[in-house]
Amino acid sequence: MAEGSVTWSIDDADHMTAAEIYGETLVQLGEEREDIVALTADLAKSTKIGKFEGRFPERFINVGIAEQNLFGIGAGLALAGFVPFISTFAVFASLRAGEQVRTDICYQNLDCKIIATHSGISFGQAGTTHHCTEDLAVMRSFANMTVIAPADGVETAKAVEASVDWKGPVYIRIGRGFEPWVHKDTNYNYEIGKGIEMRSGSDITVIACGTSVYAAVDAAEVLEKEDGLSVRVIDMHTIKPIDRDIIMKAVEETRRIVTFEDHNIIGGLGSAVGEVIVESGKGCAFKKVGIPDEYSIVGYPEDLYNHFKLDTDGVLETVREVMGKEFEEDEDWEDEI
Amino acid sequence: MALSESELKALTEKAHQLRKDIIQTVAWSGGGHAGGALSQLDILVALYYKYLNIDPSNPEKPDRDRVVLSKGHGGVGYAPVLADKGYFKKELLQTFNHTGSSFGMHLDKNKVPGVDASTGSLGHGMSIAVGLALGAKFAKKDWLTYCIMGDGEQHEGSIWEGAMAAAHYKLNNLIGIVDNNNLCIDGPLTEIMDVSPLDKKWEAFGWKVKIINGHDFNEICDAIDEAQAYKDGPFLIIAQTVKGKGVDYMEGAKEWHYGGLDGDMTRKALESIDRMYAGK
Repeated sequence: MAEGSVTWSIDDADHMTAAEIYGETLVQLGEEREDIVALTADLAKSTKIGKFEGRFPERFINVGIAEQNLFGIGAGLALAGFVPFISTFAVFASLRAGEQVRTDICYQNLDCKIIATHSGISFGQAGTTHHCTEDLAVMRSFANMTVIAPADGVETAKAVEASVDWKGPVYIRIGRGFEPWVHKDTNYNYEIGKGIEMRSGSDITVIACGTSVYAAVDAAEVLEKEDGLSVRVIDMHTIKPIDRDIIMKAVEETRRIVTFEDHNIIGGLGSAVGEVIVESGKGCAFKKVGIPDEYSIVGYPEDLYNHFKLDTDGVLETVREVMGKEFEEDEDWEDEI
Repeated sequence: MALSESELKALTEKAHQLRKDIIQTVAWSGGGHAGGALSQLDILVALYYKYLNIDPSNPEKPDRDRVVLSKGHGGVGYAPVLADKGYFKKELLQTFNHTGSSFGMHLDKNKVPGVDASTGSLGHGMSIAVGLALGAKFAKKDWLTYCIMGDGEQHEGSIWEGAMAAAHYKLNNLIGIVDNNNLCIDGPLTEIMDVSPLDKKWEAFGWKVKIINGHDFNEICDAIDEAQAYKDGPFLIIAQTVKGKGVDYMEGAKEWHYGGLDGDMTRKALESIDRMYAGK
């Protein structure tokens, strides 16, 4: 997909949720590619995949409230030569239909693109039944699956576009609604599997995905002004395959790494980053922030992000904590395995 | 249309040979789902030797008919059919279940030519078949999708999600077949979890249903003819079968859902099959 090929502008994006931008992007892709089909399970409106239905009703399937069927049919359509985009809430995609995604789609290595909305705790008041703080861990463990958590609407469009020609199954998790934009324009290079340095820095690196990227960038500016800290921020939109190079560069150059994600601290971005660091044999200060292996509470999303230290205040607090800890800098970098 | 005498003879001879191939493959494999492999066989023989539009020299031919063996554990009874059709060399069956083989109990589409969908976890095949049938409709193609299910598999809720969707979308290019051998692993369906009345259930889900003797080629072929001619929606054939059909010590025995065969058991099984066909 050519750079800047989206038809909406960044000004439009200010008024659109990530899901709405996804819906618009999918319609545009549908204009260009007749092999794209779209499926949902009674969530056409909520996931915005219904925009595709409005334009291409003959290529749209609504299976009703039956997510196992949703992903099985998606697999069948891929076997028939189509590229299905399948949308439902993250919790149903990863848990209710987890086996269909794993066995029917990933095992067969089919070109199904799953765009899961309402991920993490973004569905605030709906509570834990409709939150999903497990999907990154689940999807990451499915061989062949590519796992993406775009930072905002702009990046959602780029990820959706990039997924079309990316071989095999792709899982893109987005939030529910009006999360703030962190990418200020659409003219940046997006590549699946390549993290984006949002801000350079030499004292500490914050690696974030999804809505946490905004909080990280926002906090980094405050930390520079108030604490004189040079904070590097990486938008790690692709959780799998993880960008080892950008992580190891940060480990070597900043020696302190903190991860933020709207997900259980087990199995998601923090775990993926930690695995890279541990396997490298290079030591560094490291802290993961996410939902601390407990079920989420009910409330407005912004209150929940505050409660779980995933907003700007949370990033400020965590970075200051990690910077305040005694950490033996190891100058003899080359002696490690 | 009724089968001619020569057609019936050819199908019968093929089934005879393939039953023996299956026993041989189970013996090579060290253990296999012999019972269900033998109960489903006559359905597969009718499809593969009379009906399917396929090209074993081009397994991915876009407009081929599709078969989804939703009862994926029937793999040890499916691979010999695919080998006989020429999708791969028959000798490869000797590696069945062996470490590093392309052939395991549940066949992998990406490893075994001729397999249209990887199955094994029960209850998945119907939804995949619905997706395939919808794909043919989207592409305005007239190839057909056949979905072969087990009767124990009818316990899985996802089967009914797929059944509902097939009727909703009036998929007259989808033919379901239930290998109704009345046994699941732990015993008779009526004891473990009764699925009857299966015909009424599928009818209530919007399917046209026909119950047949799943070991009678005339009935099988009549039913497939009727299913192909039916244009109002999806069609289900409930094929009443005998688990282990052809091997006297396996027939109707739940113990033969899965098992291994030593030399003596193999010989007795082959003799039993020959005896059954000697009368035909």
